[in-house]
Amino acid sequence: MKFTTITAAALAATLALPVQAQDTKVIGVSIPAATHGWAGGMNFHAQQAVNRLEEVYPQLDFVLATASDPAKQVNDIEDMLATRNISALVVLPFESEPLTSPVKAVADSGAWVTVVDRGLAIPGIEDLYVAGDNPGFGKVSGEYMASAMPDGGDIVVFRGIPTTIDNERVEGFQGAIEGSGINILAMEHGNWNRDDSFTVMQDFLSKYDKIDAVWASDDDMAIGVLAAIEQSGRDDIKFVLGGAGMKEMVAKVRDGDPMIPADVTYPPSMIATAIELTAVGMTSTAPVSGTFTIGSVLITKDNAADFYYEDSPF
Amino acid sequence: MTATETQPSRATRGVNLKVLGPILALVVLVIVGAALNGNFLSAANITNVLSRSAFIGIIAVGMTFVITAGGLDLSVGSMAAFIAGLMILVMNAMLPVMGPGWPLVFVGMLTAMVAGTLAGFVNGFLITTMRIEAFIVTLGTMGIYRSLVTWLADGGTLSLDFGMRSVIRPIYFDGILGISWPIIVFALVAISGELVMRRAAFGRHAAAVGSNDQVARYSSVNVNRVRMLTYVFLGILVGVATIMYVPRLGSASPSTGVLWELEAIAAVIIGGTMLKGGFGRVWGTVIGVLILSLIDNILNLTDGVSPYLNGAIQGVIIILAVILQRDKKAES
Repeated sequence: MKFTTITAAALAATLALPVQAQDTKVIGVSIPAATHGWAGGMNFHAQQAVNRLEEVYPQLDFVLATASDPAKQVNDIEDMLATRNISALVVLPFESEPLTSPVKAVADSGAWVTVVDRGLAIPGIEDLYVAGDNPGFGKVSGEYMASAMPDGGDIVVFRGIPTTIDNERVEGFQGAIEGSGINILAMEHGNWNRDDSFTVMQDFLSKYDKIDAVWASDDDMAIGVLAAIEQSGRDDIKFVLGGAGMKEMVAKVRDGDPMIPADVTYPPSMIATAIELTAVGMTSTAPVSGTFTIGSVLITKDNAADFYYEDSPF
Repeated sequence: MTATETQPSRATRGVNLKVLGPILALVVLVIVGAALNGNFLSAANITNVLSRSAFIGIIAVGMTFVITAGGLDLSVGSMAAFIAGLMILVMNAMLPVMGPGWPLVFVGMLTAMVAGTLAGFVNGFLITTMRIEAFIVTLGTMGIYRSLVTWLADGGTLSLDFGMRSVIRPIYFDGILGISWPIIVFALVAISGELVMRRAAFGRHAAAVGSNDQVARYSSVNVNRVRMLTYVFLGILVGVATIMYVPRLGSASPSTGVLWELEAIAAVIIGGTMLKGGFGRVWGTVIGVLILSLIDNILNLTDGVSPYLNGAIQGVIIILAVILQRDKKAES
């Protein structure tokens, strides 16, 4: 008896993909908890997408789990597979290494796997990879810096939490400003955190008598940097370039704040893209496998209105 | 020097090094900083370092009493984030009614103080009356406050209304005679803490409870009351620290106050307070806080050290500062 039910379930899971749904299919969504601004926005967009799709597709059921660390995320995914019999998994891995084998187990069970933003340690497990473009993020930022400072100048650079993402961004940035006459005075980790970048900027201001511009590389860090500059009363810093597309910063760009002339997107809403595409794959015959790269876009005064999301927390 | 005079008589050999250890470490750091960068001793840099030390410093003074009485509080960083979030929400909610101005700032301050007192009371109640290990209680409340602020902020950031920000900003950035308010408040808290620890009955009771609570009980010290009060005082001081913190950036998020509890505990131990309780030294805690902030400051002001290694250097200096004050006989 037991044997047959398990086989039946496994068969259903493998065969159910393109066939018209006779019963509801479950899509599991596993994402890191909202521990910082960007992740908060990502959680918001995931919830929005799930709410919307549940109305559009009555035959789909969603399980959304947020994890505060990689171990919890592994448990979440194992639970989804064991108890909810998911037909598809949308996962934004906390870290690549620990999540690789549990996600592979889901793929081996025959379910569809969509990986978002951070890739797994072994390529080829996922059916769909929705990725942000980190080298591109650095490149767009660097190109803007070079165009905004045609005569070159001295800048300080804020880095995030030491990770591959951060390295790729900084390498992209350095490649783009090469030969532009822009000189990086110093780089320090602000950890994508307002308080840390506030103190680091205070110290940079003590250390250097003249700084022409700041690549804060993140909007949270840009807020800390701006507060430190304001406190110092210095007017040698011409502008601060953040990144990600936080709505407060997009509003500053839109309103023509001279210190924040531009921003570079790294949209947390990419999770929505992933969930939507997975739902399309589950409910239609349209092919959605492959890699979907979401480019980083430069936001300036002209297009800022298009990137301002009133309801989003980020 | 005056430092040795305040040392209790039961301290035996190695007194000088034990007491002077943290001071020596601080002096060495100042000399290194001044040698590495000419701006290190500038008024602006000193003000920056002291002001940013104030949050952890104010909390660490309270933590000194908790640890002296044999307790521990891991929840202070999360508590600070939660209180900051609450303070911002209350001020934003009252803004249409009261308008921007000092009365509203006082409402915010009152919120922070009341929330801090209550949070400290909850920790103290669970630890004393319910007899649960301090480590477990505060590990639990640490998670609770961190989740609450994440929930209040919807995962994003709680920001003070723009009209209010210019009113409240001076609390962090202005002061009297060029000394900013956080530094003044930190100094007042530290001096009061030192006086209470040395001169008041409460300080002696806390040390007695931390040293041996049975003996303290037989000596008619109300052990539970003393323990409870240390947590309530710490809660109030977290409220005070939050009042200094919110005006700086006018925002609170789930990443506010992360690891403050460990920095505060590290500062207390560097300063010579015993982690197992029974002896506390408030001025030592102040030195400990300054050592921690100076390490960060010096690393930012110098090149040549990979920023990846900042944590390692911090760890080495913390351990060195504690080794300096170890009694040789204490090894047994």
